[in-house]
Amino acid sequence: MDISRRKFLGCMAAAALGTTTGATGLAHAASGKEFTGYPDSFGVLHDSTRCIGCRKCEQACNEVNNLEKPDKPFDDLSVLDDRRRTDESAYTVVNKFDGNVFAKIQCNHCQEPACASACFVKALYKDKTGAVVYDESLCVGCRYCMVACPFNIPAFTYFDPLTPKITKCTMCLPLIQEGRLPGCVDICPKEALTFGRRADLIKMARQRMAKNPGQYVDHIYGEHEMGGTAWLYLSGIPFADIGMREDLGTTSAPELTAGPLAAVPIVVGLWPVFLTGIWAINKRKEKIAEQEQAAAVQAATEQAAQEKTKALEALQQKLAKEKETAIAAEVKKALEEAEEKAQQAADPDETTTDTDPAADTPPDDSGKQEE
Amino acid sequence: MEFFTLHDFMTYTKGVTYLVMGGILVFMPLYWLYLTDRDDD
Amino acid sequence: MSQETPIARKQYLTPFNVITGIILVIGFVLTVLRFTKGIGAVTNLDNNNPWGLWIGFDLLCGVALAAGGYMTSSACYIFGLKKYHSAVRPAILTAFLGYALVVFALHYDVGRPWRLPYPIFWSQGTSSLLFEVGLCVFLYLTVLFIEWTPAAFEWLGYKKIRGIVVRLTLMLTIFGVVLSTLHQSSLGALFMIAPSKLHPLWYSGYLHVYFFISSMFAGLSMVIFESTLAHRWLHHKMDDTHLAESDGVVLGFGRAASFIMMGYVGIKIIGLAVDNNWHYLATGWGMWFLVELVGFVLLPAILFSMGAREKNLTFIRVAAVWAVLGIVLNRLNVSLIAFNWHLPAADRYVPSIMEVGTTIFIVTLGVVVYRFIALKMPILHEHPDYKQAH
Repeated sequence: MDISRRKFLGCMAAAALGTTTGATGLAHAASGKEFTGYPDSFGVLHDSTRCIGCRKCEQACNEVNNLEKPDKPFDDLSVLDDRRRTDESAYTVVNKFDGNVFAKIQCNHCQEPACASACFVKALYKDKTGAVVYDESLCVGCRYCMVACPFNIPAFTYFDPLTPKITKCTMCLPLIQEGRLPGCVDICPKEALTFGRRADLIKMARQRMAKNPGQYVDHIYGEHEMGGTAWLYLSGIPFADIGMREDLGTTSAPELTAGPLAAVPIVVGLWPVFLTGIWAINKRKEKIAEQEQAAAVQAATEQAAQEKTKALEALQQKLAKEKETAIAAEVKKALEEAEEKAQQAADPDETTTDTDPAADTPPDDSGKQEE
Repeated sequence: MEFFTLHDFMTYTKGVTYLVMGGILVFMPLYWLYLTDRDDD
Repeated sequence: MSQETPIARKQYLTPFNVITGIILVIGFVLTVLRFTKGIGAVTNLDNNNPWGLWIGFDLLCGVALAAGGYMTSSACYIFGLKKYHSAVRPAILTAFLGYALVVFALHYDVGRPWRLPYPIFWSQGTSSLLFEVGLCVFLYLTVLFIEWTPAAFEWLGYKKIRGIVVRLTLMLTIFGVVLSTLHQSSLGALFMIAPSKLHPLWYSGYLHVYFFISSMFAGLSMVIFESTLAHRWLHHKMDDTHLAESDGVVLGFGRAASFIMMGYVGIKIIGLAVDNNWHYLATGWGMWFLVELVGFVLLPAILFSMGAREKNLTFIRVAAVWAVLGIVLNRLNVSLIAFNWHLPAADRYVPSIMEVGTTIFIVTLGVVVYRFIALKMPILHEHPDYKQAH
């Protein structure tokens, strides 16, 4: 890497000026942690005011990546009449805009790539060189990266039935690792493309704007867009007029999804607690209802039983009373009869008959009877 | 461990979080059983 | 339910069977095309529109409309509404079939379907909401399958293992609600990574909440709708408990759906307020937004309320279909219609006839399998051996 870095520094006139601390494109985690991207990662500055629409970069890209040869040759500039986008046979494309202005598009190699953030198999990742790299061996082909990319860059080989893949600019990572320049940068005859450390490129862009007042729009496209991109752009006319969206904002993709992602573990942590709680409360309610019902039934039975015993007692008392009265009546009857008998036999034996009834009835009973 | 991009940081931390979530989902039912196994019903 | 199904004795050339047969044959042809000529040969998808009908309808609507499973089982087992017990089995079965079909449909849509287990077992892209969706759908499909197995075990007569599974009911139900909360909401959150592509009226920081809440009344409405269909076609398979409880389920679910829908309308308006999107309402997109929110959420919610107040089952059944259409409209709006709204008309996506055909094929497949299971297994009635077993 050291060799290549030295070589690139040599390529750039402005590089000597720079220290590499000029960090831009901050991305924040929820805790306030900040990430500034890989230090010394590379990028490319595309100065659209220098671009002449020669399509040489398209050709170089096609050759470096061994892509399918297009129907019309690369020196056929009539292709520029149509607005084009990247696809499986063109990782970069130059478009022509009003006023004979040209702009090249390719993967911008975001500092916080939306595609990588979206990929559920880590088939896309940000390399330490700054390139956003695609690993076909992991790709499922869900195309969420294409949904996520704010620049509409990744393409898909829709007509490959069984092994379709995502295609996009690799920033010529294999060449960079060999210490060589990306194909498009190397071939550009007008130095509209400059390869270098991203931090240095930003300084270079500022210098260019300062040295040529009025020539540039006062904005480095890609410095902050979507959290910053490795490819940076200068333009003489508003970026919207060269087909670049100015409404993307500066929030990086991982920050956009951080909210719902953060909600996930909290739901897992708390839902079982709440739901088990609700279930337990309902179960307890049911249990209490059951108990109350049982208690009510018991109370009712008890009351019934109590009433029953009461009635029984009353009956018994009544019976006892009746018995008593019956006995008393019998006794009275007997006494009366005895008296009668006594009266009938008064003359012959008065004293002996007197003792008989006294022995039959106890003294208190007779007293009661008198009452 | 040092992270240079938020994306790498999130991939790592969310990965750990998913493991924690799995642990919670196993632990919580067991804890509930421990909490309630002396209930009469 | 001792009497055998009359199917075997009837002739095979019923209109249902003929139409189903034709659709299945077409589906088979489309399947061959997809796996020999590629996704591009069958669909109108392109590099600007990577997700089409198969994601917008098969995945998003399929998952939302299968929410009846977690809604019904949680109402019965967690919230203690025992009177909905007879609705649980059909709801679990439709949810299971719904999710199974979603996964089946994904095999057509993703480039290399045999790699679908990769995110779970091989290379976990944990920063992605799609990873969350994939993991949850995988786990929830497993949960729904286990929740459904008692029906199969009763049919087969495996009493012991049925007993084991039934004892896990509460845990499975809670796990199911957790997983449903997560993936229903995450499906909405998938689109939060692309604020520059989705129209501001549909893009919101609350997108995941909207998807979750709307899945609730989607599930309730779908249970009502399915009960309507089942009463029409599978009446003879229902036992007295099911028939007796059915009206109560429809009324209760209708009222619940109505209230949740009103809450949903409220949070959608909150969404307008927090992003200050009022001015978009005056545009064509705003009209379309109001068609969705008023025409397909507010109005069916009111019809639900009238049905619930006046005990009018017909109102509720109509409102349920209406609300289901509203969910479909919402999911298609977020994923297709209001997605890529800034692209020129020539670059916009319209599904191809073959895409539509594949979707119809997959839905038909679901109906056929549901019909088979509901006819054979104790779904709409209780197995005579297990009447008191809950």
